[in-house]
Order: sequence, then structure tokens, then C-alpha cells
Amino acid sequence: MNIATFAKRFWGQGLILILLILLATFPLYTMPLFGSDYPLIFLQAIIMFVILTVSWAFFSGPTGYISLAPAAFFGIGIYTTAVVGKSLPLLATVAAGGVVSFIIALLVGAVTLRLKGIFFAVFTFGLVVLIKELLLFWEITVTGTRGRFVLLVDNDTIYYIIFGILILTLLTTYFIRRSKFGMAMQSIGENEEAAAHMGVNVTLVKVITFAISAIFMGAAGAIMATKWTYVDPYVAFDIRMSFLPVLMAIFGGVGTYYGPILGSVVFSYLEELLLTKFPYYYMLTFGIILVVVILYLPGGVASLIERLRQRLQKGGLTGKHANT
Amino acid sequence: MRILEGEKVSKYFGGLRALSNVDFHIDQGEIVGLIGPNGAGKTTLFNLISGALVTKRGVIRFKDKKITGLKPYQICRLGVARTFQSVKIFANMPVLENVLLSSFFGMSTSASSSDATRAAIESLEFLNLSETRATPARDLTLANQKRLEVARALATNPEILLLDELMAGLTHTEVTEAMELITKLRDKGITIFMIEHVMKAIMSICDRIMVLHHGEKIAEGTPTEVCNSKKVVEVYLGE
Repeated sequence: MNIATFAKRFWGQGLILILLILLATFPLYTMPLFGSDYPLIFLQAIIMFVILTVSWAFFSGPTGYISLAPAAFFGIGIYTTAVVGKSLPLLATVAAGGVVSFIIALLVGAVTLRLKGIFFAVFTFGLVVLIKELLLFWEITVTGTRGRFVLLVDNDTIYYIIFGILILTLLTTYFIRRSKFGMAMQSIGENEEAAAHMGVNVTLVKVITFAISAIFMGAAGAIMATKWTYVDPYVAFDIRMSFLPVLMAIFGGVGTYYGPILGSVVFSYLEELLLTKFPYYYMLTFGIILVVVILYLPGGVASLIERLRQRLQKGGLTGKHANT
Repeated sequence: MRILEGEKVSKYFGGLRALSNVDFHIDQGEIVGLIGPNGAGKTTLFNLISGALVTKRGVIRFKDKKITGLKPYQICRLGVARTFQSVKIFANMPVLENVLLSSFFGMSTSASSSDATRAAIESLEFLNLSETRATPARDLTLANQKRLEVARALATNPEILLLDELMAGLTHTEVTEAMELITKLRDKGITIFMIEHVMKAIMSICDRIMVLHHGEKIAEGTPTEVCNSKKVVEVYLGE
């Protein structure tokens, strides 16, 4: 292999690696570079949305089961921190948030993943409300508290932990999607009955992958909870957290692996930008952009890049000699 | 040796009697045809065997093991594979992945990656689909989509294959090819149980034919016996 083809093959990976290193060390130079913690906090929020969106798309993308449960698992993570955060070390708390979400997703999945289509979506939506009301009832009648105070953690630590969760999310979802289980998930989305007749234990595959996606949502909730001083069921179970990941994934394109990543980054950046630059026209502009993307880019923003790449490749073929 | 047998198999959809007290058996290495007018309960019987539908009335056994109540994926792994009347391929997946999925998940023992790939490639070759392996399944012709269904079933390494109207919608030449395919499958040692409306095919390749009408078995025997049965003629042509 000569250097040119080597470079061609690996420059993409190299670029991603450099980006990751920059992101991993971001807290070291936010202060000297920007003079405030704002970029760091902003980046935390973006990463949180990437985690939620990627784990949502990991399950709902290939299987076609539209889940509106992210807010439920995110909220479970938040509440786990509120309950055990003061007695456990921070990393253990975050892990607990993931584990509790995983277990609840397993139970819920085993019952509800028999539902098809819109019924599953409606049920998962109901789940968010159900858990919220149950917790509220429990807090008022049993423990006698209305809300809870959460321990505070400094921004750098939050950043490192949420970045760690991001890496785990990306790696896990990537390798499962490429494995035979990824193929099984895809076949369920294509034709569930045929998949079952080809030896796929469809219930098991659906329940397990649904629960795996909940781990990351729960862990993200557990660490983000430390940003609030006070948590009650209304704060923890915000239904917006269910709809935003779905919107972001569709905005980016569910068909590719990087679509949801791209979608959540662009979407949350755009939201912040419009909110600060055009506070009065923010919702209007945002709505228009969404409508345009859905109408003209059914494959999401990712399809735009895919098209661009194809054009470049065609150009690359004709200009081959000039390049090498 | 009996590979598949059913005893008093019945199925009701609400008040509608789809199948009632059907006894049947299939011997190893046979090609058995299942015919009957529309709504006779043929596909219902297939669905009961493959586990797509469940019934509490009657027992179905595969190699003396009771399979009623098992899930479709368990029945598939035991060695019962099927195709569907309306094609149910994984339309957006490449042909090779369609078949890989079943060799990964459908074999009796969990297959290693290289074994599964080999089985998938072999079954594509057997069906003459090797050249299309990278094509998305939705872009195949109907005849090839039906072949893909057979390839997919074959990759699970089955002992018995249930073919639900494999030849419906095919041209004359394609029907002849499909008939050759079925005999080739039998020569490979796979028992065939097939629903078919194309009489030419049924009569020439089946060892035995069962006739269903209104959910009951009204005749059974060699193709000539069934053809000469008064009851069958009445059902198909009227009295």
C-alpha cells in the first residue's frame, strides 16, 4: 500500500480521532480560550442530546418501533441521582442510573413490545406520565417529600463523565448494529413475521436492545441531574425529552449511523443560536427550518452529505490522474 | 418414517371454523401437495405448523416431538422452514443479508460466522441467485423474490420445507423451473409439503395429495386417485 492510498483510507478516521481528542480535553482550554464556562456548558447539553438521540435511533431506527420513552429513562436516571446521589460515589451513581433504567426497560419492554405500530408509541408516551405520577404519589404519601435536593458537581467533572457516556454509547451502538443482532433488528423492522420464521427470537431481540438503549439515557439523566439543585417528578419527567430525540434523529436521518449524531448536533446548536440571536422569531424560524428539511430532505441532513460524497467520488474518478 | 403429523387439528377464528379435526401425516422424503378452493384452510394449516398461529385443539408433532405451542423461531430451529404466499422478504436488505440472517439464527445449533456465511452462499448458489447477492431484495423480479424466499428457508438447514403457493404469479417457463427446483430439493433430502394451485405442477411432482374443503380433509391419495375422486370433482366443478 503506498502512502497516497493509505492516507486516503485513513484520513477520515484520523479526522474523527483528532476531533475526539479535542473534545476529550475540552475543559483544559475553555477558560483560557473563551474566558467563561459557557462553551463547556453548551457542549454538555449538545452531548446529552447526542446520547439521547443516538440511543433512540439505535433501537427505533432499525426496528421501526417508535418509542416515546426517552423522557422516562432520562427521568429515571435523574431520580436515581436524587435518591442515591448523596450516599454513593458519583461514578457509581451514574452507573446506577443506567442499571435502573435498564431493568425498568426490560420489564416494560417484555410487556409492551408485543404492541405494534402506533400502540407502542402511545404506550411509551403513557409510560412517562405513569412513572411521573407514581413517583409523585409515592413522594407525597409515603416519604412525605415533595422534591429533593441534589448534590452539586463541578462542570469539568460533569463534562468528562458525559463525554465518557457518549463514547460508550457510540461504541456499543456501532458494534451491535454491525453484529448479527443488528441484522436481526433490521429484519424485525423489515418484516417481523418473516424474521420470526427464520429463527430470530424477535421478542428477546426487541426487549434486550430496547433495554440497552435505556442504559445510556438513564446514565445521561443521572449525570445531568447534578446540574439542578432541586429535583421533583415534574422536573425529572419532562415530555420534551421524549420528542426532541425523535425530532433530532429524523432531522439528521435515521438511515445512516452518523445521521442521528449530525442531527442532534446541528439541531441543538441551531436551537441555541436562534434562541439567543432571534429570541422573538426563534420558534418561527425553527419551525420553518424543520418543515423545509422534512419536505425536501426526507433522508435528513445526512442524505445531503451522502449526495455530496457521491458527487465528489464521481469527480474523483475522472480526476484520478491529476491527484496521484 | 413420519416426519410431520397432525392429530385432530382445529382452528376457529371467532365463530368461523377454519380447520376442523384434520388428521395428516408426511413421511420423510415425500413431496406432498395440499390443494383446495380459496378459504379451504390451507394457509391456516401452514400457519399452525410453523407457529404463526396457535391452537389448543389438536396436536402437531415433528419427528415425534410435540411442536404445538412452540414459538415460530423454535420450530424453525428444529428443522421446519417455510415460505410465504405473499412474498415476505426483507426488502431493503441486500439479498445476501436476507439469507445470512436465516443461516445465523435459523440453524439448530448456533452457527459461527464463517459457517453461517458458507451456508448462506451455498444456498444462494443452489437457487442461482449468487449474482444478485449485493442487490437490495426489493429490486428482484417476482420469480427471483420467490427463489430468495426458498434460499432463505434453505439456509436454516431444514428437514421439511413448507412451500405456500410458490408458483402463483409465475410464467410457464418459471413454473417449469420451480418444478425442477422442488425435485432438486427433494434429492437433497428435504421433505416437501406444498400448497399449490398450478395443477400441472401438483400432478406431476407430488407423491401424494391432500384436499381440504371448508376446513375439512375430504380426500387424500396419489394424484390419479385424487383426480378420480367424485368428491374432489364436485368441490372444484360443482355437482
